[in-house]
Amino acid sequence: MNTLIAIIGLGVLCLLFEIFNLRKAIVPITIIGLLAVLGLTISEFNSTESYYNNMIVVSKFSTTFSSLFIVLTIFLVALGHNFYENHQSKISDYIAIKIFLLAGAVAMVSFGNLAMFFLGIEVLSISLYILAASDRMNLKSNEAGMKYFLMGSFASGIILFGVCLIYGAMGSFDVTEISELSQSAELPVWFPIGIVLVTIGMLFKVAAVPFHFWAPDVYEGSPALTTALMSTLAKVVAMATLYKLLSVMNADVSESFKMVVVIISMASMTFGNIMALRQTNVKRMLAFSGVSHAGFMLMTLLSLSTSAGSLLYYASAYSLSGIAAFSVILYVCKNRDNEDVVNFHGLGKTNPLLAAILTAALLSMAGIPIFAGFFAKLVLFNQTIQAGYLALVIVAVVNSIISVGYYFKLILAMYTKEPNEERKGTPVIIYAVAVIAIVLNIALGLFPSFILDLLA
Amino acid sequence: MNVSLILIILLVGAFATFLAGDKLASKVALFFGLAAAGASIVLLNHYNLGENIGFINQWITQPNISFALKADGLSMAMLLLTTVLTPIIIFSSFGNDYKNSKSFYALILFMSFAMAGTFLASDGLLYYIFWELSLIPIYFIALIWGNGDVEERKKAVVKFFIYTLAGSLFMLVAFVYMYQKAGSLLLEDLYKLNLTATEQLWMFLAFFLAYAIKIPLIPFHTWQANVYQKAPTVGTMLLSGIMLKMGLYSVIRWQLPLAPLAAKEYMYIFIGLGIAGVIYGSIVALKQKDLKKLLAYSSLAHVGLIAAGTYTLTLDGLRGAVLQMIAHGFVVVGLFYAAEIIFRRYETRAIAEMGGIRSQSPKFTSMFLILVLASVALPTTFNFIGEFTVLYSLSQINIWFAILGGTTIILGAYYMLKMFQHAMLGETNTKSFADVTINEGITLVLIIGVLFFFGMYPKPITDLITPSLEEILTQINRIN
Repeated sequence: MNTLIAIIGLGVLCLLFEIFNLRKAIVPITIIGLLAVLGLTISEFNSTESYYNNMIVVSKFSTTFSSLFIVLTIFLVALGHNFYENHQSKISDYIAIKIFLLAGAVAMVSFGNLAMFFLGIEVLSISLYILAASDRMNLKSNEAGMKYFLMGSFASGIILFGVCLIYGAMGSFDVTEISELSQSAELPVWFPIGIVLVTIGMLFKVAAVPFHFWAPDVYEGSPALTTALMSTLAKVVAMATLYKLLSVMNADVSESFKMVVVIISMASMTFGNIMALRQTNVKRMLAFSGVSHAGFMLMTLLSLSTSAGSLLYYASAYSLSGIAAFSVILYVCKNRDNEDVVNFHGLGKTNPLLAAILTAALLSMAGIPIFAGFFAKLVLFNQTIQAGYLALVIVAVVNSIISVGYYFKLILAMYTKEPNEERKGTPVIIYAVAVIAIVLNIALGLFPSFILDLLA
Repeated sequence: MNVSLILIILLVGAFATFLAGDKLASKVALFFGLAAAGASIVLLNHYNLGENIGFINQWITQPNISFALKADGLSMAMLLLTTVLTPIIIFSSFGNDYKNSKSFYALILFMSFAMAGTFLASDGLLYYIFWELSLIPIYFIALIWGNGDVEERKKAVVKFFIYTLAGSLFMLVAFVYMYQKAGSLLLEDLYKLNLTATEQLWMFLAFFLAYAIKIPLIPFHTWQANVYQKAPTVGTMLLSGIMLKMGLYSVIRWQLPLAPLAAKEYMYIFIGLGIAGVIYGSIVALKQKDLKKLLAYSSLAHVGLIAAGTYTLTLDGLRGAVLQMIAHGFVVVGLFYAAEIIFRRYETRAIAEMGGIRSQSPKFTSMFLILVLASVALPTTFNFIGEFTVLYSLSQINIWFAILGGTTIILGAYYMLKMFQHAMLGETNTKSFADVTINEGITLVLIIGVLFFFGMYPKPITDLITPSLEEILTQINRIN
């Protein structure tokens, strides 16, 4: 609860900076503020409390995921320093929106009431719509914002409809009450329908097949930093929320529901990977790769009671490598009008450090050992085989092999092609973010127990 | 003192080499390579005195994974092969100038680290991690410092990477499956596992895919010749000298003891695949015009025979296979080095463009001849001991296997000597051939020395490996 209040306070503070004309200091001060909030969140780790008639419930699940979101936001805000260089007059708006988005994200994992859940989702989504369209003189960005807004609000409508049906069936928005009532033998038919609708809406937010159509266009059109946010923070938030939602409502009892999860998971992985193979735009490629990673993360829904730890681990591994990859993309594609693979040609010669970092990030996403991505897949496979879905694991393995194809396309472009032009300047912050993110990723790979045992 | 020391030396060496800068990199790498070799000899001494030089420590609690290194005779033999060949390989590259050599030598040491880890690991996941880790450095070594057209090289190397990764991921699934049954991936816990025949067959096949691609066995060999040709010689040496042995070692250490029923049931098929590789590799080698490709196919033939030896599931077969693994490791490094020496002078790998070297450099010619003869298993060389033991064990199973497998010696002699004749004898080439330098001479003499010494006195190695092979055999024969 304190986390949420502190974050909103920080957001308001960011807006005030504009008024006092302190735009130069905004990034460092926000980062310091976020670090303080992170400390506050971690200090609440062992407490389980509920606030305001169960509106907000602070648990281990919510504190760990909130910490992850805060860390990701710190990275994204830091990257903003360089990215918004030419938009100094609006920088406080952009940063403030990101902080509010974080508030929405924290609300989404710590809700105790479906009304709070919906509020969180709307705060997050509206911030994302704005950020997607934030490059307002750019036609592509406008298109991305519009598409995302239309499709996103439709999905929000479906979620709201689902929430209403659940209320109609159970007579309450409170998740603990819903959970108790859902144990009873006779459930009104509206309850499963409501759950299905909410799930559909959330699957839209995580961009799982067949609700992924917005992702490539929106990822491509949005400003690169917003794409970074969507593919790391927003995806992880949506996934954690879906997980929490289904686990508090005991949705995993029905076999047919699990069958649907298996099919969606397989479809997301396969479709995402195959489409990614054909892309020449790096953002589109990562969008499809994100679809396939959503498919992997959906595997956690098959063993809801035990897999919180592995979801946290997968989410951390995936989003940290995403941050590292995007900081390199931001550096390479600055002042370019597209993010095609051509821009990466010869990066291994012109900038070996960043090329190595991008390589490491992609290797982590592909699941090559010692990077956290490998252990993330390993624990996921382990859990899924334990739950009895060997076929799904084999599909996932085949997909891991396919994914190597497109990740390596980028690596090959960096090391075997001749560089086309020199890039000037060494933006220290981008380097720092990239290095820290990848070091964290490798550290998670070397000591996986550190994260895995948090939610055991 | 335990075996983790070797891994630490190699890993620290990789970082130190990278930090040393381009000028000093090769020397720093050589220093750490020699240090690792020295340390492994000291450890061997400790091992022979009966000390426990293994290492085990809990790494991940959930799932239960340990950082477990086991050093029995078999592991020690393979570790020595790695740590002795690594400095030789590094030293062999001294005549060449590599761009960005700090990364190059760091990657060599890193690869050596991963391979040594593969030979030592006794926890399934740790073993898998080292196994995969060794793939990354060789990928970059072949990709960045390789020769030939970039696009073709890229194709060959990516194919290699995806092939090997695909194979090993199925091995990972097998490990995860076994983890469900055993609750741990420690080798000794896995050995206790009683899997049904069907389960064993699936495990066997999952492992087989990984190993057959790495070794490589027919029909999974298609990546090999192209990668050997395109990779820089150092990369080829690492691949053929040590990395292939990872596959063969893993067959003995993991595949056979974990799925003995399947191994016995389908023994003939897998021996047949090995033998088929012998014949196919030899026949294709006959037709090669490129020296490196010829050596690649001859290597395919030799490892086919080694694999057939392991699948006989007899003590002689396993022992011969291990001996031949070590012998082949040395001889193939020597041969590729000889090809590199010719390339340094003639700038070609086409056999037709060579010739007349004997009259200009008799020293080099005689050393090359010794290596050629060793590779076709001339008695008194180490390779003879290995191949003979393997062929003997094959004849115990079925005489036809031995006869067909023996073609590796007959056909091998034919294509190797034909190559020697075209490359070294004949009319004088217009280009002059400078005599071997001191560095080149030292490397070749070292390799030849090893081959002759163990050819005449293989007892130290047989004594080292036999107890652990017997242990593995009892494990294979535990259920009938």
